[in-house]
Amino acid sequence: MPHTIETTGTTSAVKENTLHKRNRLQSYKLFLLILPFLALLFIFSYLPLYGWVYAFFDYKPPLKLSQCQFVGWQWFTYLFSNPMQISELGKVIVNTLAMSSLGILTSPLSMIFAIFLNEIRCKPFKKAAQTLATLPNFISWVMIYSVAFALFSTTGMVNNVGQALGWFSEPVHFLDSDDHTWLAMLLWGTWKGLGWGAIMYLASISNIDQDLYEAAKVDGAGRFSLMWHVTLPGLLPTYFVLLMLQIANFLTNGLDQYYVFHNSFNMEHIQVLDLYVFLLGLGNGSYALSIALSMMKTIISVFLLFVVNTLSKVTRGESLI
Amino acid sequence: MEQTIRKKRHYTSGDIIFNIINYTVFTLITLSCIYPFYYMFINTISSNQMSANGQINWYPQQIHWKNYIDVFQLSGLPQAFLISVLRTVIGTVTNVLASAFLGFMFTQKKMWKRTFWYRFVVITMYFNAGLVPLFLVAYNLHLTNNFWIYILPMVVQPFNIILVKTYVESIPASLQEAAEIDGAGIVCIFTKIILPVCSPILATIAIFSAVNQWNSFQDTLIYITDSRLYSLQYLLYTYINASTSIATLIKNNPNLSGAAIANLATQQTPTSVRMTVSIIVIIPILLVYPWFQRYFVKGIMIGSVKG
Repeated sequence: MPHTIETTGTTSAVKENTLHKRNRLQSYKLFLLILPFLALLFIFSYLPLYGWVYAFFDYKPPLKLSQCQFVGWQWFTYLFSNPMQISELGKVIVNTLAMSSLGILTSPLSMIFAIFLNEIRCKPFKKAAQTLATLPNFISWVMIYSVAFALFSTTGMVNNVGQALGWFSEPVHFLDSDDHTWLAMLLWGTWKGLGWGAIMYLASISNIDQDLYEAAKVDGAGRFSLMWHVTLPGLLPTYFVLLMLQIANFLTNGLDQYYVFHNSFNMEHIQVLDLYVFLLGLGNGSYALSIALSMMKTIISVFLLFVVNTLSKVTRGESLI
Repeated sequence: MEQTIRKKRHYTSGDIIFNIINYTVFTLITLSCIYPFYYMFINTISSNQMSANGQINWYPQQIHWKNYIDVFQLSGLPQAFLISVLRTVIGTVTNVLASAFLGFMFTQKKMWKRTFWYRFVVITMYFNAGLVPLFLVAYNLHLTNNFWIYILPMVVQPFNIILVKTYVESIPASLQEAAEIDGAGIVCIFTKIILPVCSPILATIAIFSAVNQWNSFQDTLIYITDSRLYSLQYLLYTYINASTSIATLIKNNPNLSGAAIANLATQQTPTSVRMTVSIIVIIPILLVYPWFQRYFVKGIMIGSVKG
C-alpha cells in the first residue's frame, strides 16, 4: 500500500514498518510457491516413516490399524525366535554381506580400468573403449537379464557354441542352478558398472598437475613408476570418497538385479536383504515383519552413514554429506 | 617403414609388451560390452527357425525385418510401449521443471525459513522408510494400479535440486536484480531468465531422468497388477520368464498364424519375441547415447555432490 505512506506524511518508522510487512508477505509468497512440491516430497519420503508403527501391530491388510492388536516388539523378537527363522535370516544376511564385501573388494577395478585406459595413446581407440564400456550402465537390469538369458540359458549362445565345439556334451545350466551364484552376480554387476565407474577417475586423472609427471620424468621415472607414484596417488582421494559412500550403502544391494536373476534354484545364495524384504512383504503379505526388517535396515544404514561421515571428517577434514 | 622405426625409438621392449597386453585387454572388454547386443540383433533379423535352433551366433542369415512388425501385434505390447513412452515423457518434463523451479527458489534468500526447507528436502536422500511402508502410502492414496505412481514420486529429486541450486548460484545475481527493477515477478524471472540460462544443467537432468524412467522396472513390480499399466521393461521380464506362455500367445493370435504358416523362417518363436522386444527396449537408449556422453561427468556429480 504505497499511497498510505504518502498521505500519512511518512515518518521513517512507518515506512520501515510497511516495508518490513511487504518483505514478510513476499517471503511467505515464495514459500507458498514451493509448498505443493514440499507436500509431494512429504507424501513419498516422510509419510512412509509413519508406516513404521505397523511393525508394532498385528496388521491384517483389510483392517484399519486401530482394529489391529498392538504387539510391541513381537515381530522383532520373532525374527530371531526359532532356529528356522534364524537360519533363514542368517542366510540373507550372509548373502547381503558377501555381495557388499565383494563389491567393495572389486571397487578398485574401475580405478585400475581408468589408469590403464589412460595409458592408451591412440585417441580414437581410447574414446571408443570408454564409450562402449559405459554402455551397459544405461541398460536396465531386466535388459541385462535378457542378455544373460540369450547368452547363458540352456539354449543360449554359450551352450550352442560349446556343444558344437564339443566342450560340453549336454547343456550347462548357468542360470537355473546355484553354482557360483555370488560370483555370477558380482560379474554381472562389474560388467554393468566398470566403465561407468571409471569415468569419475578419468576426470580426476585429467585434473592431475602435469608438472608432477614432468618432474618425475626428469627424476628418471619410467612408465610404471609414473602410474604407480603419480597417477595412483592422484586418484586415491576420489577412491576414498567413493569407498566411504559404498560402505554407507553396505546393506543396500538394490532389488532389481537380485529380483530378475532369482529363481527357485539359486534362492539360497541370491536372496539379499532387499529381495527378502520385498518377497516377505509383497510376496508373502507379511507386512509387519517386512516393515520391522526395513526399519532395522534404515537405522543401521543411517548409523553407517554417520560413522563414515565422521571418519571422513577426521581423516580428510571434509564431510561427505 | 622408416617412420615406424623412428617412432619405435621411444619405446623399450617392456613398453611394447605392455601396449600389446593393454590394447588386447581393452579390446576384449569392449567386445564383451557390445557382442551381446550384436548377438541379439542378428538373431532378430535372421531366420527365426535357425535362430531358435541356435544356429545364428556370428552373422545374420536369411535376413528379414518381419519380427519388428509382428511383435507389435502381440497383445499387450503396443500398450506397454505407450505406457513406457508416456511415463518417460511426462516423468522427464515434470522432474526437470520441478528441479529447475525448486533449485531456483532455494536460492531466494527472502524465502520464509529457506534453510530449514532446503534441509527438509536434502535430508530425504539419506533415509528410506522401506518398501512396504511406501506401498501402503501409495495404496491408501489409491495410487496402486494407477499411472501416476510412475510420475508423482519422481517429481521432486533432491539430487537434481542441489545441482540446479549450485548452478543458479554461479550465475550473476545482477541478472535477477535487473529483472526485478523492471518489475518482473518471481515466476516471470524463472520462466524468462532462469530456465534459458540453466539449459545446460537441465539437459543433463533431463537425459538422466529419461533414462531412469525408461529403465524403471521396480515400480511396476511393486505397485501394478493391472496388465494394461505394465511398462515395456516389465513386459520384457514376463516374456523372458514365460517362454511357454508366449508360444500360446503367438498361436492364439489369428493375425500371426495366417502369415506364419506361409513362411517358417519368419514364424514367431519365443526366442524371436524375446530378442525383438529386447532390441526395441534398448534402441531408445542407443539413440540418446551419442548426445548423452558429454553429460557423463556432470551426471556422476549428481550422485556425489555435496548438499
